[in-house]
Amino acid sequence: MYRIETAGLAELFAAISETQDLFLPLRKADQTNYGLWSEGEPFDLDTLKTVKSAKDCFFPQSEVLYRCKSEDGKLSIDPQKLCDRAFVVFGMRACDVKAVEVLDNVFLSEPVDTFYAARREHGTIVSLACHEPEETCFCANFGIDAAAPGADVETWIIEDSLYWKPLTEKGEALTESLKAVLESTEKETPAEEAEKTVAEEQEAIRKIIEKLPLSHLDLSRFKPEHTMELFDSPLWEELYKPCLACGTCTFVCPTCQCYDIRDFDGGKNGVQRYRCWDSCMYSDFTMMAHGNMRTSQIQRFRQRFMHKLVYYPANYDGLYSCVGCGRCVSKCPASLNIVKVIKKLGGEV
Amino acid sequence: MQELITRAKELLADGTVSRVLGWKKGDMGWDPEPAYFDKEEDLKDFVYNPFCGANLSKYLIAAGKLEGTTLVFLKPCDTYSLNELVKEHRVKREKTYIIGVGCHGTVKAEKVLNAGIKGIEDAAIEGDTLKVKTLYGEKEMPLMDALLERCQVCKGKTHVVFDELIGAEEGEEAGPGELAGNRFAKVEELEALSPKERFAFWQRELSKCIRCNACRNVCPACSCLKCVFDGNQFDSSQKANADTFEEQMFHIIRAYHVAGRCTDCGECSRVCPEGIPLQLLNRKFIKDINTFYGEYQAGADTESRAPLTDFTFEDVEPGIVNERGGGR
Repeated sequence: MYRIETAGLAELFAAISETQDLFLPLRKADQTNYGLWSEGEPFDLDTLKTVKSAKDCFFPQSEVLYRCKSEDGKLSIDPQKLCDRAFVVFGMRACDVKAVEVLDNVFLSEPVDTFYAARREHGTIVSLACHEPEETCFCANFGIDAAAPGADVETWIIEDSLYWKPLTEKGEALTESLKAVLESTEKETPAEEAEKTVAEEQEAIRKIIEKLPLSHLDLSRFKPEHTMELFDSPLWEELYKPCLACGTCTFVCPTCQCYDIRDFDGGKNGVQRYRCWDSCMYSDFTMMAHGNMRTSQIQRFRQRFMHKLVYYPANYDGLYSCVGCGRCVSKCPASLNIVKVIKKLGGEV
Repeated sequence: MQELITRAKELLADGTVSRVLGWKKGDMGWDPEPAYFDKEEDLKDFVYNPFCGANLSKYLIAAGKLEGTTLVFLKPCDTYSLNELVKEHRVKREKTYIIGVGCHGTVKAEKVLNAGIKGIEDAAIEGDTLKVKTLYGEKEMPLMDALLERCQVCKGKTHVVFDELIGAEEGEEAGPGELAGNRFAKVEELEALSPKERFAFWQRELSKCIRCNACRNVCPACSCLKCVFDGNQFDSSQKANADTFEEQMFHIIRAYHVAGRCTDCGECSRVCPEGIPLQLLNRKFIKDINTFYGEYQAGADTESRAPLTDFTFEDVEPGIVNERGGGR
């Protein structure tokens, strides 16, 4: 484990971005979101939750798949180059790290999504423990430990120091490549002492999480064997009513993975075929040639939560596709969210 | 609040209304949700406090399709939206029973939380202070720092339409409320910038847009059965941006479409997850309409003709655009 001064972070980031792209939480127009960092730009590691998750780094909201053009009666297709440049995402919280596993299950199983796979292959994730989890956080329900966020390298910011601990081969390789700057900015600390400081921090974080109001939800009813019972519940009628059918919850969500494929017709300049995030809240979600099997908002609303809490776990060994980041809790314009659904359908209220 | 619940129960019991549209307690003290109450006992979860920012008038489009009359609680500025919806034949006034509720401002939860006030249970406004009941005792902060932007420039305490009032006085002065600021100040600031600077401002703001459509879906003036951005035949579909600044298309088209109908209820900027000051686009139109056609407040009544759908010989000539430098 390395311990460096947080004042030296800019130097560390500069060293990373010398050889690869670096995505960091950046403060722009009063909001914090992940973005490509360039030297000298201010970054924001204090905001616990970026508005959008780090999902864009691996699965961008919009990306071109190929371009095609018709010239002199001949059709040419220009495929999009896959990601071939190494990059680092720094500062991902435990919930967002777990969300990558949720996405991996979908995109890396056959047929593999080559666009996503290329980004996963070239990306290294440096996670950051949550010093002060907030009352909208409920990651603990999903077996996520905000004090040990995992990924390729795990870090903690404790007072004015950053503790850096590689966990995987990729993490070791990144650490090795940064050895010079890590050592030059290192605050000499006996390994034992560093481990102890981190352990204390972890204990403090876990104590806070234990006390958070949403840390103890009852998920016991959300099992594949209850699929039809949950699907047919009369409670959906009451739950969905305030929903505005906007896509906020789905677009700030780190695990939502539905996308749509569309063409942008540029006339003489050809056609761009692109894909973009879709939202089950939208009226043309799952619109197909034969029509749409979900024609009302209540059906679409139900789909979102059944997918997260029942269908996905049924397909992937009981893993829920909610990581409890709480973004939907704080961002829904009608104050609806998955917690209210869990409580109501789970029988808690 | 108790008075509102009692009255709602009476109206449900005597059959005047079939349901109540109000706000329901959330999991946190700061996230009440818009809700229907069909039975008297459901009203135990009813809440009305400064966190009840949601303007309920648009829900009446859906409620109007249900059997019977819907009781709705509207704050003063919400009543303008309702009038506009009635004017556009989207809401049936006769199927709506309106209780106008007194309002001293609604607050943005994020601002209160960011001020370090945690464990919120309830809140109340006392003068220019927001008093917050928390797990850790009573906390307070200056009201102005907590208010939603629209309330910082409050357009008045008058309910322009109602069946009865609770906690508000009939005939309270129209016009700016006690906390009012100049709602066009920021628009004027932007007008004073060079086109390049202004473009940079909007580029910075609109590049954050995630195309969630929350602004559109919450907007009482956006009540088309099928929005042009939802049509899958339309190249600039709702879900993605062709480039990082393509959002301008969506937002500018929307601003044009609601021009002259926007009451400045501020819901668009209240719900934006990225904090984009969308109200500024609408206010630019309102300011120009006021300048060109005389003061006009959409939703002030249900009869008058709106400046953009009317013609008088006093109207400005289209050439005004060039005169003001807009054509360059």
